[in-house]
Amino acid sequence: MFRNRYETVFIITPVLSDEQTKEVVKKFKDLLKDTGANITHEENWGMRKLAYPIQKKSTGFYYLVEFDAEPSVILPFETEFRRDERIIRFLTTKMDKNHIEFAESRRDREADRREKPKQSTAEAQA
Amino acid sequence: MADNKNVRYLNPIAIDTKSERYCRFREKGFKYIDYKDADFLLMLVNEQGKILPRRLTGTSLKYQRRVGKAIKKARHLALLPYLADQLR
Repeated sequence: MFRNRYETVFIITPVLSDEQTKEVVKKFKDLLKDTGANITHEENWGMRKLAYPIQKKSTGFYYLVEFDAEPSVILPFETEFRRDERIIRFLTTKMDKNHIEFAESRRDREADRREKPKQSTAEAQA
Repeated sequence: MADNKNVRYLNPIAIDTKSERYCRFREKGFKYIDYKDADFLLMLVNEQGKILPRRLTGTSLKYQRRVGKAIKKARHLALLPYLADQLR
């Protein structure tokens, strides 16, 4: 079937403990996997300060998931977001070709940024 | 009737106050403006958090639309404030 690339960023309420936030993230990733989407990239931005208070809270746990799936997967995925009250905000965007290119180039930059410190520490020891 | 030869303007016309007349995005060959990159978008927003108009930033219409969309998505995700008193 025709598949699109999507990118979802969602914010989890900061009130939860670590396991609960992990469990929420796991719940949505499994929901994606069950409906036949495959996740290409994930980013955990952790606890960040919000620019304006949402539901009286001024910090939130950001999580980004990049996946490709059939368009029919998105609607139930979003209703699940709306139904779950631990999620205070979410945004799903369809990735066009420039966006995909950008995301890949960002990932390579991050990848070689991770390798670089290893080399520099290796040189330091050498 | 003052003949219009020596019509003097009350204040001098601002011919070219802002020298930035080229589109930064087209110059650098930007392909995509990322809505997640808050500190880059901060440069395109004034102190109150409003989007800077094209006449000040000099960006072309094509990229100004993308900037607008990206900033509105960033605001939705609370990466950028809708209104702020002093942002810098």
